[in-house]
Amino acid sequence: MTTLAMAVSDSLTITRRNLIKVKRVPDLIVFATLSPIMFVLLFRYVFGSAIPIPDGLNYAEFLLPGIFAQTVIFGSTITGASLAEDLQKGLIDRFRSLPMARSAVLIGRTVADLLLNVLTIAVMMITGFVVGWRIHTSIGEAILGVLLLLTFAYAMSWVMAFVGLLVRTPEVVNNASFIVIFPITFIANTFVPIDNFPAVLKAFAEWNPVSAVVQGARELFGNVVPGAPEPNGWALQNPVLYVFIWVAIFLAVFVPLAVRTYRRTAGR
Amino acid sequence: MTDAIVVEGLEKRFGATTALDGVDLTVAEGSVLGLLGPNGAGKTTVVRILTTLLLADAGRAEVVGLDVVRDADAVRAAIGLTGQYAAVDEYLTGFENLEMVGRLYHLPKAEARSRAGELLERFDLSGAADRPAKTYSGGMRRRLDIAASLINRPRILFLDEPTTGLDPRSRLAMWEFIAELADGGTTILLTTQYLEEADRLADRMVVIDRGRVIARGTGDDLKAQVGGQRLEFTLSRAVDLPEVARRLRPLAFEDARTDEQTRRLSLPVHGGTEVLAEALRLLEGVGIEVLDVGLRRPDLDDVFLTLTGHSADDAATGDDTQAEPVPAAGGAR
Repeated sequence: MTTLAMAVSDSLTITRRNLIKVKRVPDLIVFATLSPIMFVLLFRYVFGSAIPIPDGLNYAEFLLPGIFAQTVIFGSTITGASLAEDLQKGLIDRFRSLPMARSAVLIGRTVADLLLNVLTIAVMMITGFVVGWRIHTSIGEAILGVLLLLTFAYAMSWVMAFVGLLVRTPEVVNNASFIVIFPITFIANTFVPIDNFPAVLKAFAEWNPVSAVVQGARELFGNVVPGAPEPNGWALQNPVLYVFIWVAIFLAVFVPLAVRTYRRTAGR
Repeated sequence: MTDAIVVEGLEKRFGATTALDGVDLTVAEGSVLGLLGPNGAGKTTVVRILTTLLLADAGRAEVVGLDVVRDADAVRAAIGLTGQYAAVDEYLTGFENLEMVGRLYHLPKAEARSRAGELLERFDLSGAADRPAKTYSGGMRRRLDIAASLINRPRILFLDEPTTGLDPRSRLAMWEFIAELADGGTTILLTTQYLEEADRLADRMVVIDRGRVIARGTGDDLKAQVGGQRLEFTLSRAVDLPEVARRLRPLAFEDARTDEQTRRLSLPVHGGTEVLAEALRLLEGVGIEVLDVGLRRPDLDDVFLTLTGHSADDAATGDDTQAEPVPAAGGAR
């Protein structure tokens, strides 16, 4: 077998293994989808009435792309926590003693989590439709919007893979990532417009890649007011390009870093 | 006979702790080597280096003629490893676990499946083949783990403390499996803390302490060095220990070891039950209450006392938990 064929075959084997777990532990999928549903309902009906949004747009339309982005980004912690769990249980040692591709455990993990995110987005879109969110663009643009969300989440998965292999305890991975993920998803245009933020937070929000993911998704789903003034800053004026620059940086840095850590890491 | 495993001058440090301090050993093709030592002696570190999981700081290791660093992938294809903790995926069934490992050894799908079925049968797990490993007992998980390491019909099998934590019945069953594998011609390197286990399974033994080899040879060689049997008494009062030691001294070939806290006395003797009877006769009518008395074979602790002058419990350098080595007093001498 060539090196590439081996890497593909091993990664598929590991992806399959990770998906079997999802099947065996349905709570996982239930909670992974319940919390975004809860978020949609909470923000739509509790905060929605109090948050001023651009004229000509209902809050559900403004909110949903933000919820999509936040949820798939939170989903990346599963990557880190699962790898830490495999380390703790000695499974990584077993994999490392097999003649398999050195990248396969990480590729299999991130791909399985990507597929999980596809399902999560589908559930959230259905919930969104129920509470008044609509797509106003073509199918092609809408698919591109979904791809934008998934691509960014996939890059985040590799960041978390590295964190998981470094931290080695699933609970710590969860807590540590919340400390980072909460601020980056909240100091952004995710739930509220950023125009009224204090200056420092506003600057951060304007260059925060999460803002760009949300802005990009809003534009691709048509959840922006037609003819509204352009947002401030190059990043939010070219959100899709800006997101892909971050994706490229994350992957270029964290794929080699995570694989290197995997090769050297040791269970227990 | 050629050597399946050759280890020369292996050294490994974790921070300030020296885990391996120049270990040399060889394992002849088709034989079983027992790597014997207390917790933290460096056994697991040797196994991890040989199975390509860890890089040594110095020295050289070859498995089936392949360098474990330069030819790591070829080494991995030739070996099987069962670590100290059963590394099975608990969400997968027994069958799925073995099939996955077979696929990762790049067996064709059909072969991976038939091999999985064969091994489940052989390790008495057929009935549980379609249950998630989560529901398995400790002994079943350990068997599944060993089965996984045999998928590829490895020429060399590494077993790191394969019976630690097993109940006596599972331990006996595991011994039989290992003996069968050895009879089938598999080269086995087995680590253990139990002299009895190594004696039963291994052709040769290497005893390590604080990362150094302190003895090597057959089980008989080692037992000849340690000598005879141990006569053990537990008394009801600790103050009687010196009196008992004095009275029984003529029976022993070395001074008795006494422990005031457990009120126990251990006496190295030659001979069997007649010594026991003689000892009881010597204690008749002196008003010393004996709670327990017995004759036993020497264990690892006796080996350590004889070879190093310290007991196995004091030997740990903490390297087996190598993620966070715990430096122990006297560990780096």
